[in-house]
Amino acid sequence: MANIMIQRGSKGEYVFYLPKRDLEDNIVSMEFDTPEKWGGEIKLNNGGSYYIEPQAAPAKLPISLRARRLDAAE
Amino acid sequence: MSALTKVETQALIAEVLEVYPEKAKKDREKHLAVNDQSIEQSKKCITSNRKSLPGVMTVRGCAYAGSKGVVWGPIKDMIHISHGPVGCGQYSRAGRRNYYVGTTGINTFGTMNFTTDFQEKDIVFGGDKKLAKVLGEINQLFPLNKGISVQSECPIGLIGDDIEAVSKKAAKELDKPIVPVRCEGFRGVSQSLGHHIANDAIRDWVLPRRDTLQFESTPYDVAVIGDYNIGGDAWSSRILLEEMGLRVIAQWSGDGTIAEMEMTPNAKLNLIHCYRSMNYIARHMEEKYSIPWMEYNFFGPTKVAESLRAIAEHFDDTIKAGAERVIAKYQAMMDEIIAKYKPRLQGKKVMLYVGGLRPRHIIGAYEDLGMEVVGTGYEFGHNDDYDRTIKDMGNSTLIYDDVTGFEFEEFVKRIKPDLIGSGIKEKYIFQKMGVPFRQMHSWDYSGPYHGYDGFAIFARDMDMTINNPCWGKMKAPWLKEAAV
Repeated sequence: MANIMIQRGSKGEYVFYLPKRDLEDNIVSMEFDTPEKWGGEIKLNNGGSYYIEPQAAPAKLPISLRARRLDAAE
Repeated sequence: MSALTKVETQALIAEVLEVYPEKAKKDREKHLAVNDQSIEQSKKCITSNRKSLPGVMTVRGCAYAGSKGVVWGPIKDMIHISHGPVGCGQYSRAGRRNYYVGTTGINTFGTMNFTTDFQEKDIVFGGDKKLAKVLGEINQLFPLNKGISVQSECPIGLIGDDIEAVSKKAAKELDKPIVPVRCEGFRGVSQSLGHHIANDAIRDWVLPRRDTLQFESTPYDVAVIGDYNIGGDAWSSRILLEEMGLRVIAQWSGDGTIAEMEMTPNAKLNLIHCYRSMNYIARHMEEKYSIPWMEYNFFGPTKVAESLRAIAEHFDDTIKAGAERVIAKYQAMMDEIIAKYKPRLQGKKVMLYVGGLRPRHIIGAYEDLGMEVVGTGYEFGHNDDYDRTIKDMGNSTLIYDDVTGFEFEEFVKRIKPDLIGSGIKEKYIFQKMGVPFRQMHSWDYSGPYHGYDGFAIFARDMDMTINNPCWGKMKAPWLKEAAV
Protein backbone atom coordinates (compact mmCIF):
# COMPACT_ATOMS: atom_id res chain seq x y z
CA MET A 1 0.00 0.00 0.00
CA ALA A 2 1.29 3.41 -0.88
CA ASN A 3 0.15 6.92 -0.19
CA ILE A 4 -0.87 8.57 -3.41
CA MET A 5 -2.55 11.78 -4.45
CA ILE A 6 -5.09 12.20 -7.22
CA GLN A 7 -5.58 15.61 -8.72
CA ARG A 8 -7.00 17.31 -11.78
CA GLY A 9 -4.65 18.15 -14.61
CA SER A 10 -4.82 21.28 -16.72
CA LYS A 11 -7.15 19.60 -19.22
CA GLY A 12 -9.50 18.21 -16.60
CA GLU A 13 -8.00 14.73 -16.63
CA TYR A 14 -7.04 12.86 -13.48
CA VAL A 15 -3.37 13.01 -12.53
CA PHE A 16 -1.79 10.41 -10.31
CA TYR A 17 1.06 11.36 -7.97
CA LEU A 18 3.13 8.91 -5.97
CA PRO A 19 5.55 10.95 -3.82
CA LYS A 20 7.79 8.02 -2.83
CA ARG A 21 8.68 7.41 -6.48
CA ASP A 22 8.34 10.99 -7.75
CA LEU A 23 5.87 9.49 -10.14
CA GLU A 24 3.44 11.96 -11.64
CA ASP A 25 1.38 10.69 -14.53
CA ASN A 26 -1.97 10.98 -16.22
CA ILE A 27 -4.62 8.40 -15.46
CA VAL A 28 -5.88 6.91 -18.69
CA SER A 29 -8.69 4.87 -17.20
CA MET A 30 -10.45 4.48 -13.89
CA GLU A 31 -12.70 1.51 -13.25
CA PHE A 32 -15.52 3.45 -11.57
CA ASP A 33 -16.03 7.13 -12.19
CA THR A 34 -19.51 8.05 -11.01
CA PRO A 35 -20.54 10.22 -8.04
CA GLU A 36 -21.65 7.17 -6.02
CA LYS A 37 -18.86 4.80 -6.87
CA TRP A 38 -15.41 6.07 -7.64
CA GLY A 39 -12.06 4.37 -7.76
CA GLY A 40 -11.21 0.75 -8.38
CA GLU A 41 -8.48 -0.16 -10.75
CA ILE A 42 -6.67 2.77 -12.32
CA LYS A 43 -4.36 2.65 -15.28
CA LEU A 44 -1.56 5.12 -15.83
CA ASN A 45 -0.15 6.54 -18.98
CA ASN A 46 3.18 4.81 -18.35
CA GLY A 47 1.50 1.41 -18.27
CA GLY A 48 1.39 0.94 -14.50
CA SER A 49 -1.82 0.14 -12.69
CA TYR A 50 -2.99 0.67 -9.12
CA TYR A 51 -6.07 -0.16 -7.11
CA ILE A 52 -7.95 2.17 -4.80
CA GLU A 53 -10.87 1.04 -2.70
CA PRO A 54 -14.10 2.11 -4.50
CA GLN A 55 -15.78 4.93 -2.60
CA ALA A 56 -18.08 7.92 -3.11
CA ALA A 57 -16.47 10.46 -5.44
CA PRO A 58 -14.45 13.00 -3.42
CA ALA A 59 -16.00 16.43 -3.05
CA LYS A 60 -12.81 18.12 -4.17
CA LEU A 61 -9.48 17.25 -5.63
CA PRO A 62 -6.62 16.79 -4.98
CA ILE A 63 -7.15 14.04 -2.48
CA SER A 64 -4.67 11.79 -0.68
CA LEU A 65 -5.48 8.10 -0.76
CA ARG A 66 -4.02 4.71 -0.06
CA ALA A 67 -3.46 2.66 -3.17
CA ARG A 68 -2.31 -0.86 -3.86
CA ARG A 69 0.09 -1.53 -6.65
CA LEU A 70 -1.15 -4.04 -9.18
CA ASP A 71 1.47 -3.63 -11.81
CA ALA A 72 4.17 -0.98 -11.79
CA ALA A 73 5.67 0.15 -15.04
CA GLU A 74 9.31 -0.16 -14.10
CA MET B 1 24.11 22.70 -30.62
CA SER B 2 26.64 21.06 -28.47
CA ALA B 3 30.39 20.86 -28.46
CA LEU B 4 30.28 17.12 -28.94
CA THR B 5 28.02 14.88 -30.97
CA LYS B 6 25.88 12.26 -29.34
CA VAL B 7 28.28 9.47 -30.19
CA GLU B 8 31.26 11.43 -28.90
CA THR B 9 29.48 12.18 -25.65
CA GLN B 10 28.59 8.53 -25.20
CA ALA B 11 32.17 7.58 -25.89
CA LEU B 12 33.31 10.11 -23.30
CA ILE B 13 31.04 8.60 -20.67
CA ALA B 14 32.26 5.12 -21.51
CA GLU B 15 35.87 6.25 -21.32
CA VAL B 16 35.40 7.90 -17.92
CA LEU B 17 33.67 4.81 -16.55
CA GLU B 18 36.56 2.64 -17.68
CA VAL B 19 38.59 3.08 -14.49
CA TYR B 20 35.88 1.81 -12.15
CA PRO B 21 35.65 -1.79 -10.99
CA GLU B 22 32.88 -3.75 -12.69
CA LYS B 23 30.25 -3.29 -9.99
CA ALA B 24 30.90 0.41 -9.51
CA LYS B 25 30.86 0.92 -13.24
CA LYS B 26 27.45 -0.67 -13.51
CA ASP B 27 26.13 1.60 -10.78
CA ARG B 28 27.61 4.84 -12.06
CA GLU B 29 26.58 4.11 -15.64
CA LYS B 30 22.96 4.70 -14.73
CA HIS B 31 23.68 8.19 -13.42
CA LEU B 32 25.33 9.57 -16.53
CA ALA B 33 23.42 10.26 -19.71
CA VAL B 34 23.41 12.07 -22.99
CA ASN B 35 20.46 14.40 -23.27
CA ASP B 36 17.82 13.53 -25.78
CA GLN B 37 14.92 15.95 -25.92
CA SER B 38 12.62 13.39 -27.44
CA ILE B 39 12.56 11.36 -24.22
CA GLU B 40 9.42 12.03 -22.21
CA GLN B 41 10.38 10.38 -18.96
CA SER B 42 13.81 10.88 -17.53
CA LYS B 43 13.95 7.53 -15.79
CA LYS B 44 14.43 5.91 -19.15
CA CYS B 45 17.85 7.52 -19.43
CA ILE B 46 19.00 8.49 -15.95
CA THR B 47 18.67 7.17 -12.42
CA SER B 48 18.55 9.63 -9.56
CA ASN B 49 18.01 9.88 -5.82
CA ARG B 50 19.97 6.73 -5.08
CA LYS B 51 22.57 6.07 -2.43
CA SER B 52 26.01 7.37 -3.41
CA LEU B 53 28.59 4.76 -4.24
CA PRO B 54 30.92 4.12 -1.29
CA GLY B 55 34.48 5.14 -2.02
CA VAL B 56 33.85 7.91 -4.53
CA MET B 57 33.82 11.61 -3.81
CA THR B 58 30.31 12.94 -3.59
CA VAL B 59 29.34 16.45 -2.57
CA ARG B 60 25.96 15.60 -1.16
CA GLY B 61 24.78 16.78 2.22
CA CYS B 62 22.63 15.10 4.86
CA ALA B 63 19.03 15.33 5.97
CA TYR B 64 20.01 17.74 8.73
CA ALA B 65 21.59 20.02 6.14
CA GLY B 66 18.37 19.92 4.13
CA SER B 67 16.19 20.77 7.08
CA LYS B 68 18.24 23.11 9.26
CA GLY B 69 20.40 24.61 6.55
CA VAL B 70 17.86 24.99 3.78
CA VAL B 71 14.25 25.01 4.86
CA TRP B 72 14.16 26.03 8.53
CA GLY B 73 17.36 28.01 8.92
CA PRO B 74 16.27 31.13 7.02
CA ILE B 75 13.11 31.62 9.13
CA LYS B 76 14.54 34.59 10.90
CA ASP B 77 12.47 35.14 14.01
CA MET B 78 12.66 31.55 15.19
CA ILE B 79 15.58 29.98 16.97
CA HIS B 80 16.77 26.74 15.45
CA ILE B 81 18.53 24.47 17.89
CA SER B 82 21.06 22.07 16.41
CA HIS B 83 20.15 19.31 18.81
CA GLY B 84 23.17 17.08 19.29
CA PRO B 85 26.94 17.58 19.19
CA VAL B 86 28.22 21.04 18.49
CA GLY B 87 29.94 20.56 15.10
CA CYS B 88 27.01 20.14 12.71
CA GLY B 89 25.62 23.55 13.60
CA GLN B 90 28.90 25.37 14.05
CA TYR B 91 30.50 24.40 10.77
CA SER B 92 27.39 25.21 8.76
CA ARG B 93 26.65 28.44 10.59
CA ALA B 94 25.62 31.33 8.32
CA GLY B 95 27.26 29.66 5.33
CA ARG B 96 24.30 30.00 3.06
CA ARG B 97 23.98 33.79 3.15
CA ASN B 98 20.23 33.90 3.62
CA TYR B 99 19.88 37.64 4.03
CA TYR B 100 17.28 39.08 6.38
CA VAL B 101 16.21 42.34 7.97
CA GLY B 102 16.36 42.60 11.73
CA THR B 103 18.70 42.91 14.67
CA THR B 104 20.56 39.65 15.08
CA GLY B 105 20.40 38.37 18.63
CA ILE B 106 17.46 40.59 19.52
CA ASN B 107 14.52 39.78 17.25
CA THR B 108 16.19 37.76 14.49
CA PHE B 109 18.58 34.86 14.82
CA GLY B 110 19.55 33.80 11.32
CA THR B 111 23.32 33.82 11.58
CA MET B 112 23.56 32.56 15.16
CA ASN B 113 24.27 29.01 16.18
CA PHE B 114 22.28 27.42 18.97
CA THR B 115 23.17 23.92 20.04
CA THR B 116 22.58 21.54 22.91
CA ASP B 117 26.27 20.54 22.68
CA PHE B 118 25.91 16.84 23.44
CA GLN B 119 28.58 15.25 25.59
CA GLU B 120 29.18 11.61 26.39
CA LYS B 121 26.79 11.62 29.32
CA ASP B 122 23.97 12.96 27.15
CA ILE B 123 24.41 10.07 24.79
CA VAL B 124 24.51 7.56 27.65
CA PHE B 125 21.70 8.96 29.77
CA GLY B 126 19.63 10.68 27.07
CA GLY B 127 19.46 14.35 26.18
CA ASP B 128 15.82 15.17 26.85
CA LYS B 129 16.55 16.90 30.15
CA LYS B 130 19.20 19.00 28.52
CA LEU B 131 16.86 19.96 25.70
CA ALA B 132 14.17 21.06 28.15
CA LYS B 133 16.74 23.15 29.99
CA VAL B 134 18.04 24.70 26.77
CA LEU B 135 14.54 25.63 25.63
CA GLY B 136 13.97 27.45 28.92
CA GLU B 137 17.34 29.19 28.76
CA ILE B 138 16.82 30.33 25.20
CA ASN B 139 13.50 31.81 26.03
CA GLN B 140 14.98 33.69 28.98
CA LEU B 141 17.97 35.02 27.06
CA PHE B 142 16.14 35.82 23.82
CA PRO B 143 12.59 36.67 24.87
CA LEU B 144 11.70 38.15 21.46
CA ASN B 145 12.00 34.83 19.64
CA LYS B 146 8.72 33.80 18.04
CA GLY B 147 9.30 30.10 18.26
CA ILE B 148 11.92 27.41 18.48
CA SER B 149 12.63 24.48 16.23
CA VAL B 150 14.58 21.43 17.36
CA GLN B 151 16.70 20.16 14.49
CA SER B 152 17.86 16.64 15.32
CA GLU B 153 21.39 15.55 14.56
CA CYS B 154 22.27 11.88 14.10
CA PRO B 155 22.61 10.82 17.77
CA ILE B 156 19.04 11.82 18.62
CA GLY B 157 17.60 9.12 16.42
CA LEU B 158 20.23 6.61 17.49
CA ILE B 159 19.63 6.94 21.23
CA GLY B 160 15.87 7.30 20.81
CA ASP B 161 15.21 10.59 22.57
CA ASP B 162 11.60 11.73 22.68
CA ILE B 163 11.98 15.28 21.44
CA GLU B 164 8.30 15.49 20.56
CA ALA B 165 7.25 15.08 24.19
CA VAL B 166 9.79 17.64 25.40
CA SER B 167 8.70 20.09 22.72
CA LYS B 168 5.01 19.73 23.48
CA LYS B 169 5.57 20.26 27.17
CA ALA B 170 7.81 23.27 26.64
CA ALA B 171 5.45 24.77 24.07
CA LYS B 172 2.74 24.78 26.70
CA GLU B 173 5.00 26.31 29.35
CA LEU B 174 6.51 28.97 27.11
CA ASP B 175 3.37 29.56 25.04
CA LYS B 176 5.32 29.51 21.79
CA PRO B 177 5.47 27.13 18.87
CA ILE B 178 8.20 24.58 19.47
CA VAL B 179 8.72 22.32 16.51
CA PRO B 180 10.57 19.02 16.79
CA VAL B 181 12.09 18.03 13.44
CA ARG B 182 13.23 14.45 12.96
CA CYS B 183 15.90 15.33 10.42
CA GLU B 184 18.71 13.09 11.68
CA GLY B 185 21.55 13.18 9.20
CA PHE B 186 21.52 9.47 8.43
CA ARG B 187 18.02 9.58 6.99
CA GLY B 188 17.82 9.29 3.23
CA VAL B 189 20.53 9.44 0.62
CA SER B 190 21.03 13.19 0.49
CA GLN B 191 19.70 16.48 1.82
CA SER B 192 16.59 15.92 -0.26
CA LEU B 193 14.86 13.82 2.38
CA GLY B 194 15.69 16.55 4.89
CA HIS B 195 13.65 18.98 2.78
CA HIS B 196 10.76 16.56 2.81
CA ILE B 197 10.94 15.99 6.56
CA ALA B 198 11.15 19.75 7.15
CA ASN B 199 8.11 20.30 4.92
CA ASP B 200 6.20 17.67 6.84
CA ALA B 201 7.15 19.31 10.13
CA ILE B 202 5.82 22.64 8.84
CA ARG B 203 2.65 20.89 7.72
CA ASP B 204 2.07 19.24 11.08
CA TRP B 205 3.33 21.84 13.53
CA VAL B 206 3.07 25.26 11.90
CA LEU B 207 0.33 25.54 9.29
CA PRO B 208 -2.67 24.45 11.38
CA ARG B 209 -1.92 26.94 14.16
CA ARG B 210 -3.98 29.78 12.70
CA ASP B 211 -6.59 27.88 10.77
CA THR B 212 -9.40 29.64 12.59
CA LEU B 213 -7.93 33.12 12.60
CA GLN B 214 -9.48 35.92 10.54
CA PHE B 215 -7.32 37.35 7.81
CA GLU B 216 -8.02 40.41 5.68
CA SER B 217 -7.23 39.01 2.29
CA THR B 218 -7.23 40.58 -1.13
CA PRO B 219 -7.79 38.76 -4.44
CA TYR B 220 -4.12 39.34 -5.25
CA ASP B 221 -2.44 37.55 -2.36
CA VAL B 222 0.42 35.28 -3.34
CA ALA B 223 3.12 33.47 -1.41
CA VAL B 224 6.69 33.13 -2.65
CA ILE B 225 7.75 29.59 -1.80
CA GLY B 226 11.20 28.09 -2.10
CA ASP B 227 13.18 31.30 -2.37
CA TYR B 228 15.84 31.39 0.30
CA ASN B 229 16.96 34.97 -0.25
CA ILE B 230 20.54 34.05 -0.99
CA GLY B 231 22.33 37.33 -1.46
CA GLY B 232 18.92 39.02 -1.51
CA ASP B 233 17.28 36.90 -4.22
CA ALA B 234 13.83 36.97 -2.69
CA TRP B 235 13.86 40.74 -2.47
CA SER B 236 14.68 41.23 -6.13
CA SER B 237 11.89 38.76 -6.99
CA ARG B 238 9.37 40.24 -4.62
CA ILE B 239 9.57 43.76 -6.00
CA LEU B 240 8.61 42.51 -9.46
CA LEU B 241 5.54 40.75 -8.12
CA GLU B 242 4.53 43.78 -6.11
CA GLU B 243 5.11 46.09 -9.05
CA MET B 244 2.68 44.11 -11.16
CA GLY B 245 0.00 44.53 -8.51
CA LEU B 246 0.22 41.36 -6.43
CA ARG B 247 0.53 41.29 -2.68
CA VAL B 248 3.21 38.97 -1.37
CA ILE B 249 1.91 37.75 1.98
CA ALA B 250 4.67 35.28 2.76
CA GLN B 251 8.23 34.48 1.87
CA TRP B 252 9.28 30.88 2.36
CA SER B 253 11.67 30.92 3.87
CA GLY B 254 14.32 33.54 3.02
CA ASP B 255 13.73 36.63 5.17
CA GLY B 256 10.54 34.89 6.31
CA THR B 257 8.87 34.85 9.67
CA ILE B 258 6.80 32.18 11.34
CA ALA B 259 3.75 34.46 11.30
CA GLU B 260 3.98 34.74 7.52
CA MET B 261 4.17 30.98 7.20
CA GLU B 262 1.15 30.47 9.41
CA MET B 263 -0.78 32.94 7.24
CA THR B 264 0.16 31.31 3.93
CA PRO B 265 -3.04 29.23 3.70
CA ASN B 266 -4.79 32.54 2.95
CA ALA B 267 -2.88 33.04 -0.28
CA LYS B 268 -4.66 32.77 -3.62
CA LEU B 269 -1.69 31.27 -5.42
CA ASN B 270 1.54 29.67 -4.28
CA LEU B 271 4.56 30.50 -6.41
CA ILE B 272 7.24 27.83 -6.24
CA HIS B 273 10.79 28.72 -7.15
CA CYS B 274 12.71 25.80 -5.68
CA TYR B 275 10.51 22.90 -6.69
CA ARG B 276 12.75 20.25 -5.17
CA SER B 277 12.73 21.52 -1.60
CA MET B 278 9.19 22.83 -1.23
CA ASN B 279 6.83 21.12 -3.67
CA TYR B 280 5.67 18.90 -0.81
CA ILE B 281 4.12 21.74 1.15
CA ALA B 282 2.59 23.26 -1.99
CA ARG B 283 0.88 19.96 -2.76
CA HIS B 284 -0.36 19.77 0.81
CA MET B 285 -1.79 23.29 0.67
CA GLU B 286 -3.46 22.47 -2.63
CA GLU B 287 -5.20 19.53 -1.06
CA LYS B 288 -6.12 21.02 2.30
CA TYR B 289 -6.71 24.68 1.46
CA SER B 290 -7.36 24.45 -2.31
CA ILE B 291 -4.55 26.83 -3.18
CA PRO B 292 -3.23 26.26 -6.68
CA TRP B 293 0.51 26.40 -7.17
CA MET B 294 2.83 26.95 -10.07
CA GLU B 295 6.53 26.89 -10.73
CA TYR B 296 8.25 29.99 -11.99
CA ASN B 297 11.75 30.93 -13.03
CA PHE B 298 13.28 34.33 -12.36
CA PHE B 299 16.70 33.82 -13.96
CA GLY B 300 17.37 35.95 -17.03
CA PRO B 301 15.01 38.38 -18.79
CA THR B 302 13.48 35.81 -21.15
CA LYS B 303 12.43 33.50 -18.36
CA VAL B 304 11.37 36.35 -16.07
CA ALA B 305 9.04 37.74 -18.73
CA GLU B 306 7.70 34.25 -19.43
CA SER B 307 7.10 33.65 -15.73
CA LEU B 308 5.51 37.02 -15.07
CA ARG B 309 3.04 36.39 -17.88
CA ALA B 310 2.33 32.87 -16.64
CA ILE B 311 1.72 34.17 -13.13
CA ALA B 312 -0.57 36.92 -14.45
CA GLU B 313 -2.62 34.26 -16.26
CA HIS B 314 -3.97 33.22 -12.85
CA PHE B 315 -5.38 36.68 -12.18
CA ASP B 316 -7.58 39.31 -13.80
CA ASP B 317 -6.76 41.90 -16.45
CA THR B 318 -5.28 44.48 -14.08
CA ILE B 319 -2.55 42.04 -13.15
CA LYS B 320 -2.03 41.01 -16.77
CA ALA B 321 -1.60 44.67 -17.68
CA GLY B 322 0.69 45.03 -14.67
CA ALA B 323 2.90 42.21 -15.88
CA GLU B 324 3.23 43.80 -19.31
CA ARG B 325 4.03 47.13 -17.67
CA VAL B 326 6.79 45.59 -15.56
CA ILE B 327 8.28 43.75 -18.54
CA ALA B 328 8.22 46.90 -20.67
CA LYS B 329 9.74 48.96 -17.90
CA TYR B 330 12.80 46.77 -17.56
CA GLN B 331 13.20 45.96 -21.24
CA ALA B 332 15.46 48.93 -21.95
CA MET B 333 17.70 48.09 -19.02
CA MET B 334 17.94 44.47 -20.10
CA ASP B 335 18.75 45.40 -23.70
CA GLU B 336 21.55 47.59 -22.47
CA ILE B 337 23.03 44.82 -20.34
CA ILE B 338 22.82 42.27 -23.11
CA ALA B 339 24.35 44.73 -25.57
CA LYS B 340 27.22 45.29 -23.19
CA TYR B 341 28.01 41.73 -22.15
CA LYS B 342 26.83 39.51 -24.98
CA PRO B 343 29.73 40.36 -27.30
CA ARG B 344 32.15 39.46 -24.50
CA LEU B 345 30.45 36.19 -23.59
CA GLN B 346 28.98 34.96 -26.86
CA GLY B 347 29.55 31.30 -27.57
CA LYS B 348 31.17 30.46 -24.24
CA LYS B 349 30.43 27.00 -22.91
CA VAL B 350 29.25 26.40 -19.37
CA MET B 351 29.06 23.29 -17.23
CA LEU B 352 26.85 23.31 -14.17
CA TYR B 353 26.63 21.03 -11.19
CA VAL B 354 24.42 22.38 -8.48
CA GLY B 355 21.42 21.29 -6.42
CA GLY B 356 17.73 22.04 -6.18
CA LEU B 357 16.47 24.12 -9.06
CA ARG B 358 19.51 25.77 -10.56
CA PRO B 359 20.84 23.16 -12.96
CA ARG B 360 17.80 23.84 -15.12
CA HIS B 361 16.63 27.30 -14.08
CA ILE B 362 19.86 29.16 -14.85
CA ILE B 363 20.13 27.80 -18.37
CA GLY B 364 17.85 30.58 -19.64
CA ALA B 365 20.00 33.29 -18.09
CA TYR B 366 23.12 31.94 -19.79
CA GLU B 367 21.31 31.71 -23.10
CA ASP B 368 20.27 35.34 -22.80
CA LEU B 369 23.96 36.17 -22.70
CA GLY B 370 24.66 34.06 -25.75
CA MET B 371 26.32 31.32 -23.72
CA GLU B 372 25.63 27.65 -23.99
CA VAL B 373 25.20 25.11 -21.20
CA VAL B 374 26.89 21.91 -22.33
CA GLY B 375 26.55 19.86 -19.18
CA THR B 376 24.37 19.94 -16.13
CA GLY B 377 23.58 17.82 -13.13
CA TYR B 378 21.95 17.69 -9.74
CA GLU B 379 23.48 16.71 -6.45
CA PHE B 380 20.20 15.44 -5.10
CA GLY B 381 17.56 15.81 -7.82
CA HIS B 382 14.80 13.27 -8.35
CA ASN B 383 13.19 11.93 -11.49
CA ASP B 384 10.81 14.85 -11.76
CA ASP B 385 13.71 17.30 -11.78
CA TYR B 386 15.33 15.48 -14.68
CA ASP B 387 11.99 15.31 -16.48
CA ARG B 388 12.00 19.08 -16.47
CA THR B 389 15.69 19.39 -17.31
CA ILE B 390 15.58 17.31 -20.47
CA LYS B 391 13.42 19.92 -22.17
CA ASP B 392 15.66 22.81 -21.17
CA MET B 393 18.95 21.29 -22.25
CA GLY B 394 20.21 21.00 -25.80
CA ASN B 395 20.41 17.65 -27.56
CA SER B 396 23.47 15.49 -26.94
CA THR B 397 24.60 17.58 -23.97
CA LEU B 398 25.83 15.79 -20.90
CA ILE B 399 23.66 15.10 -17.86
CA TYR B 400 25.19 13.72 -14.69
CA ASP B 401 23.51 12.81 -11.43
CA ASP B 402 25.43 12.94 -8.14
CA VAL B 403 28.61 13.18 -10.19
CA THR B 404 31.81 12.05 -8.48
CA GLY B 405 34.89 14.23 -8.18
CA PHE B 406 36.76 12.04 -10.63
CA GLU B 407 34.04 11.99 -13.28
CA PHE B 408 33.51 15.73 -13.11
CA GLU B 409 37.22 16.42 -13.53
CA GLU B 410 37.48 14.07 -16.49
CA PHE B 411 34.45 15.61 -18.17
CA VAL B 412 35.92 19.05 -17.76
CA LYS B 413 39.28 17.95 -19.16
CA ARG B 414 37.60 16.67 -22.28
CA ILE B 415 34.78 19.13 -22.86
CA LYS B 416 36.94 22.11 -21.86
CA PRO B 417 34.15 24.48 -20.85
CA ASP B 418 34.83 28.20 -20.54
CA LEU B 419 33.07 28.37 -17.19
CA ILE B 420 32.04 25.98 -14.47
CA GLY B 421 29.24 26.78 -12.06
CA SER B 422 29.25 24.61 -8.98
CA GLY B 423 30.04 24.79 -5.27
CA ILE B 424 32.90 25.55 -2.93
CA LYS B 425 34.10 21.95 -2.87
CA GLU B 426 34.75 22.02 -6.62
CA LYS B 427 35.94 25.59 -6.87
CA TYR B 428 39.64 25.31 -6.12
CA ILE B 429 40.20 22.11 -8.05
CA PHE B 430 38.98 23.73 -11.23
CA GLN B 431 40.60 27.08 -10.63
CA LYS B 432 43.92 25.29 -10.22
CA MET B 433 43.22 23.52 -13.50
CA GLY B 434 42.90 27.00 -15.01
CA VAL B 435 39.17 26.91 -15.67
CA PRO B 436 37.10 29.98 -14.72
CA PHE B 437 34.70 29.08 -11.94
CA ARG B 438 31.67 30.60 -10.22
CA GLN B 439 30.02 29.21 -7.13
CA MET B 440 26.40 28.81 -8.06
CA HIS B 441 25.20 27.88 -4.57
CA SER B 442 26.12 31.10 -2.84
CA TRP B 443 26.61 33.21 -6.00
CA ASP B 444 30.29 33.44 -4.99
CA TYR B 445 29.44 35.94 -2.25
CA SER B 446 27.73 38.18 -4.80
CA GLY B 447 24.06 38.32 -5.72
CA PRO B 448 21.16 38.62 -5.98
CA TYR B 449 20.77 36.79 -9.31
CA HIS B 450 16.96 36.56 -9.37
CA GLY B 451 14.78 39.01 -11.26
CA TYR B 452 15.78 41.87 -13.52
CA ASP B 453 18.10 43.53 -11.04
CA GLY B 454 19.70 40.19 -10.39
CA PHE B 455 20.40 39.60 -14.07
CA ALA B 456 22.48 42.78 -14.22
CA ILE B 457 24.68 41.43 -11.44
CA PHE B 458 24.73 37.95 -12.95
CA ALA B 459 25.95 39.24 -16.31
CA ARG B 460 28.64 41.36 -14.71
CA ASP B 461 29.85 38.46 -12.55
CA MET B 462 30.04 36.03 -15.44
CA ASP B 463 31.98 38.55 -17.51
CA MET B 464 34.41 39.36 -14.75
CA THR B 465 35.09 35.68 -14.13
CA ILE B 466 35.48 34.48 -17.71
CA ASN B 467 37.34 37.50 -19.04
CA ASN B 468 39.56 37.86 -16.03
CA PRO B 469 43.20 38.42 -17.11
CA CYS B 470 44.42 35.95 -14.47
CA TRP B 471 43.54 32.95 -16.68
CA GLY B 472 46.32 33.91 -19.06
CA LYS B 473 48.85 33.84 -16.24
CA MET B 474 48.52 30.24 -15.11
CA LYS B 475 52.13 29.45 -15.92
CA ALA B 476 54.98 30.95 -13.88
CA PRO B 477 57.07 33.39 -15.95
CA TRP B 478 60.25 31.30 -15.62
CA LEU B 479 58.51 28.22 -16.97
CA LYS B 480 57.35 29.95 -20.11
CA GLU B 481 59.16 29.56 -23.38
CA ALA B 482 61.58 32.42 -23.93
CA ALA B 483 59.78 35.36 -25.44
CA VAL B 484 60.24 35.58 -29.15
